[in-house]
Amino acid sequence: MATIATKQSEGNTFSVIWSWITTVDHKRIGILYFVTAFIMFLVAGIEAGIMRMQLATPGGNLVSPDVYNQMFTMHGTTMVFFAIMPLNAAFFNYIIPLAIGARDVAFPRLNAFSYWTFLASVLFMNFGFVVGSVPDGGWFAYAPLSEQPYSSNQGMEFWSIGLMLAAVSSAVAGLNFVVTIVNLRAPGMTLMRMPVSVWMFFVVQILLAFAIPVIAVGLIELTMDRLFGTLFFVTSAGGDPVLWQHLFWIFGHPEVYILILPPMGIISDVLPAFAKKPLFGYPFIVFSGIAIGLMGWAVWSHHMFTVGLGPIAVSVFTITTMLIAVPTGVKIFNWIGTLWGGSIEYKSAMLFAVGFIAMFIIGGLSGVSHAVAPSDYQQQDTYYIIAHLHYVLFGGAILGIFSGIYFWFPKVTGKLLSEKLGKLHFWITFVGLNLTFFPMHYLGMNGMPRRIYTYATEFGWDNLNALSSFGYIVLFVSMLIFVYNIIKSYKSGEEAGHDPWDAPGLEWTITSPPPVYNFSELPVVEGRDPYWIVKRRAVAEGKEIPGPQPLVDPSTVHLPDPSYWPIFTSVALLILAIGFMIEIPVWFVKYPISVVGGLLVFVGVLAWSNEPPTKEKDH
Amino acid sequence: MAQITEAAHHEEEQNCTGIDNRKLLFWVFLSTDCLFFGALISTYMVYRGQSLVGPYPIDILDIPLTTISTFVLLCSSFAMVMALSATQKDDIKGIRIWLAATAIMGMVFIGFQIFEFWEFAHHGLLISTNLFGTTFFTLTGFHGAHVSLGIVWLWVLFILSFRGKVTSARALDVEICGLYWHFVDIVWIVIFTLIYLVGGFDAGPVITG
Repeated sequence: MATIATKQSEGNTFSVIWSWITTVDHKRIGILYFVTAFIMFLVAGIEAGIMRMQLATPGGNLVSPDVYNQMFTMHGTTMVFFAIMPLNAAFFNYIIPLAIGARDVAFPRLNAFSYWTFLASVLFMNFGFVVGSVPDGGWFAYAPLSEQPYSSNQGMEFWSIGLMLAAVSSAVAGLNFVVTIVNLRAPGMTLMRMPVSVWMFFVVQILLAFAIPVIAVGLIELTMDRLFGTLFFVTSAGGDPVLWQHLFWIFGHPEVYILILPPMGIISDVLPAFAKKPLFGYPFIVFSGIAIGLMGWAVWSHHMFTVGLGPIAVSVFTITTMLIAVPTGVKIFNWIGTLWGGSIEYKSAMLFAVGFIAMFIIGGLSGVSHAVAPSDYQQQDTYYIIAHLHYVLFGGAILGIFSGIYFWFPKVTGKLLSEKLGKLHFWITFVGLNLTFFPMHYLGMNGMPRRIYTYATEFGWDNLNALSSFGYIVLFVSMLIFVYNIIKSYKSGEEAGHDPWDAPGLEWTITSPPPVYNFSELPVVEGRDPYWIVKRRAVAEGKEIPGPQPLVDPSTVHLPDPSYWPIFTSVALLILAIGFMIEIPVWFVKYPISVVGGLLVFVGVLAWSNEPPTKEKDH
Repeated sequence: MAQITEAAHHEEEQNCTGIDNRKLLFWVFLSTDCLFFGALISTYMVYRGQSLVGPYPIDILDIPLTTISTFVLLCSSFAMVMALSATQKDDIKGIRIWLAATAIMGMVFIGFQIFEFWEFAHHGLLISTNLFGTTFFTLTGFHGAHVSLGIVWLWVLFILSFRGKVTSARALDVEICGLYWHFVDIVWIVIFTLIYLVGGFDAGPVITG
């Protein structure tokens, strides 16, 4: 990180840090997202480890039941909101403008604001660990267990207000990328010529923009119940906890696709590059992605089959849930069709992509098995569900993200990741994840419930739990290898060149790492897989393969100026959030610090809107 | 909040649809805000008739009074259209008059709302009294917050007009504010219809099977 910064700003440590704080460059923001999210991924992994060590033996006493509740709450929340979503966001930020041939996103300062607000939300929620009020209501925070009488410390406020900050960050980023993809494509880059990764990212931005407001309302209602004595989910006053479940899952199911569609897009870029042939059935894979995005809105109640919605609702949601397996299956056949007859090169990125397909099929099939309501009645709240969701989220999303990291790391840093370590990383991860999560299917079918902090040996769950905990240790080792690989390759890796994989996308037509302005000259796109078209024509005509775009003096390219107003506004939002945790009644105001925070947000927005994106320069 | 004020100067860059980035952003934002209000309105409708104790809507809602404030708010949309028209014609006097008129009508609406909340509180309906209070104050409160934000925005434009920053070349600034203002009006039509006209005569808890 620091050396990239030095290249661009050349100054003392302070000015380097300042340049990162005020940056509006989508590439730097992508790197910030990646580093933050990867650290949170490791934190959530350690939380998982505490649970696995507790469950390794029957009657385990590593942690108390209360701490166990905190661990599964923070593990789930962190993995979903602070690891996988922002790891995906790192790809959105870094890749989208490069892949569509743009100089930046549509609203660069808004993009910086999204990152800083995301960071504020991470810090805010995890501050619970410092003051000893850790959220403990599960990542789904089902009312009434998340209400004051059942969770009486401030943990759930840290959770709900923290997630509101994350919601602001994601919704704003979603809007920003929708406009970017719709408006800022390079000449000739029609929608149906976009890489499938960008298509899947596009669907996700729309899902984010529309799903976040629903969870925002749920979070507002929960927070108001806890802070202002409203009665939304208070059963004694007639409130209905099922309403929370509906609000949560109307958001929560599109959220599942928000997590998985980007990795699906990533591997749709990786597979053709290493099979050396175009993606099989491009329009099918695009439209099935759009279909998943639309149908994802009509399946949420399959999370609630055992609530008692009645036979009609259960039947309808059974059918819609089974239907959504169709476009998902279409994608899998397309990926296999892409591999069929290709000259496959098993680089690390490709191994992870193929691993994604295999693991996602297992996770998808167990998913179809809970679409069948009578079968789901057996599986609800058992380890079978945990097995399913980890096959799709770890075996699916995380493997896809690793595939993307191995694929684009050379573009970001100019260095290749070590293939030897990468393959070792893949195989240990692959073995570790199956050891950890496959036994959970059997545990669930043998009746082991979720969220229990211990079990008696008489249930006969000992061996499989021990195996699963051993699998965790294998996974832990694989992550150490990956971190070592990243650091070592960044410091002394092989030079990558601008196009190490002979890849088809526009991002490979520029130097690695890309210059601050991305494209000195906006590319003109002639079809799908634009760089392949150019390279193959050169080969056919016997000419030299065109190299990366030449570098120019950055000051001659029109670029937005750095700005500190995005981080100012994010800090003001953080003050607003902190204010709700500290009750200081002044006159009739209960939370004066929040009032100050709100005014600072206003100041920030006003100053931001008065600051031109680029200062007028004399030419 | 922030997305409403981001100024993009991408004139020399390509624009695939020909729709200004800010305007596109705002249309998408407003359509997502529909889901925000949709969820709040759904909560209200789910809890309609579920309050276990009074006061109930029929005891407390003053439909004629709120009809007046609704009328004022709807008229403000007309003033907003006039403000945009004046901006496009560079009619600086018209710009100031109509921006101020829109803002003042919005303030009248908010005034009525504050009076209504005050009255309800005196008649024993607080946010924590029953489900009606909880959902009523939350839904109308969030709508009021949206209107208040719009009022601030309008006054900011009004002040900018004295610095020569509201001109036909920058009519988009007024147009986007107008989009927001009309959206907030339309949402109020839905809220007014459901709370006051459809549900205004609800009395006592309704036991639904």
